[in-house]
Amino acid sequence: MKGLRKYRFLILRRLVQFTIMLLFFGANYLGWSLLKGDYSSATVLGSVKLSDPFAVLQTLATGFLVGTDILVSALIILFFYTLLSGRMFCSWVCPVNPVSDFVRWLRSKLTIKKKLVKLPGWVRYWVLGLSLILSLIFGVAAFEAISPIGFLHRAIIFGAGVGWPVVAVILFFDLGIVKNGWCGHLCPLGAFYSLIGNFGLLKVKHDVDKCTNCNKCFQVCPEKQVLSIVGVKSGLIISGECTNCARCIEVCDDSALKFSVRNMKKIKIFS
Amino acid sequence: MGNKGDKISRRGVLGKVTQGFAVLGFGGFLWGGALRDFSRADLVLRPPGALPEADFQKACIKCGQCVVACPYDSLVVAAPGDGVPNGTPHFIARDIPCYMCTDYPCIEECPSEALTVDMVTSDGKASINNAKMGLAVIHKESCIAYWGIQCDACYRACPLIGEAITLELEQNEQTKKHANIKPVVNSDACTGCGICEHVCVVEKAAIRVLPREIATGEVGAHYLKSWDESDENRIRSIKEKKESNGDIHSTLDYLNNLDGLIDE
Ligand code: SF4
Ligand code: SF4
Ligand code: SF4
Ligand code: SF4
Repeated sequence: MKGLRKYRFLILRRLVQFTIMLLFFGANYLGWSLLKGDYSSATVLGSVKLSDPFAVLQTLATGFLVGTDILVSALIILFFYTLLSGRMFCSWVCPVNPVSDFVRWLRSKLTIKKKLVKLPGWVRYWVLGLSLILSLIFGVAAFEAISPIGFLHRAIIFGAGVGWPVVAVILFFDLGIVKNGWCGHLCPLGAFYSLIGNFGLLKVKHDVDKCTNCNKCFQVCPEKQVLSIVGVKSGLIISGECTNCARCIEVCDDSALKFSVRNMKKIKIFS
Repeated sequence: MGNKGDKISRRGVLGKVTQGFAVLGFGGFLWGGALRDFSRADLVLRPPGALPEADFQKACIKCGQCVVACPYDSLVVAAPGDGVPNGTPHFIARDIPCYMCTDYPCIEECPSEALTVDMVTSDGKASINNAKMGLAVIHKESCIAYWGIQCDACYRACPLIGEAITLELEQNEQTKKHANIKPVVNSDACTGCGICEHVCVVEKAAIRVLPREIATGEVGAHYLKSWDESDENRIRSIKEKKESNGDIHSTLDYLNNLDGLIDE
């Protein structure tokens, strides 16, 4: 039981990821109506529509005047993930996450330390900007057209093509070229949710008095730079790049990390 | 990225920024090239109610809800390598055509207005019969009805029988006794559903649905039909053009003036 506790959030995340995928799959192949569509846009119970706000933003960038229905459906998701600090999508919903988690696990097992290429973490924000510029120039949602996330989930949900080349590319890229390369350096959707996450409410809180500097959290964190306050001072892990995967919380033997809700008044948006 | 000993000099910053833009430009170039390839959709048949292709590609969010909604499994989500922008819905008429549901669930389910009832509304009335997914085109040489063999499979299968496809009689040149009964498509009525293509009895369909963009011609403004009221009005609206320059003398003076030509 003690062992399982160390994976309680991981198990929960895999369960959430799997359930969402299963519902989409079942809607297409078995006629279920709980969650119809895919990760770009979906209908819950045949009534509430939800859409990927970044996809809708790209559509707007193409110059297409989107309808109110889809705008509202995107705003709902935007609001939802603002509360949950953006990248909760990445670690709890996105189908690419198990792949990139697997590669990170493989790296640690094979003790691959060396990075072939060093990519700064801010490259993703440039990719985000570029995807909007290219949407404008080419008149198609630029990231959606080449998104490995899309290739993967449509392969699974609709049988549209095969998903394994995507998995293979991310595997080789993350394993051989840049550590956590796709999710942590290139993915513009992750970048988008990072920006949103800066205003998020659900955050991981650190208690420096309990911390024994064991470094276990650093070993499991996919975005180590966000843990800068660990062992230094108490407070919230404020960076939007934190995916709220909660791996740090479950591996910490000293209860120095836990989920916490940020004081709304303290979010400095306009100052 | 914690580069030790990295002095923050103006030149350094400038170099970084230049490097950034170079990477951005290179990436943008590759990405843009891919987009141009990926957005080609010359021979694709879209679900009913689809916006014109360019707008459709902007609007469609690739959610596949039209595909899920289609009761006949006509619609499929394009996979990479299909020659159709990946993730967008389309149908292959010879496999499963659009059966023209009167309640068009595909359009109703679309969250993005890439498929809209507006596109199947004419004179204030929405009907699947107004859909314009494509246009059926007959290859006479491979249609056995044109040979004189009895076949009207496409005509009978067409949901707009007698409108989108009509039969024409013509004397059979071989026997001089029988009539050839030939199917003819009327492009005003044809919805492009592809049922005709699906049922066509020959090995490779003699009647095929093509995107309207490809199957239709365009006459241009300089041809007029004297029997068409709107064309006649176009003539009347053209104002008589007056000779713009009535001054014949200045024209002649200009032609006779050799100053600019022989100046030695
Ligand atoms: S009208 Fe019916 S058969 Fe045709 S594409 Fe739509 S759902 Fe499918
Ligand atoms: S339902 Fe609309 S947005 Fe979704 S795939 Fe079909 S056409 Fe595209
Ligand atoms: S595509 Fe064929 S079956 Fe459909 S309306 Fe046109 S002629 Fe009739
Ligand atoms: S079904 Fe094919 S062969 Fe028969 S009449 Fe129609 S187009 Fe010709």
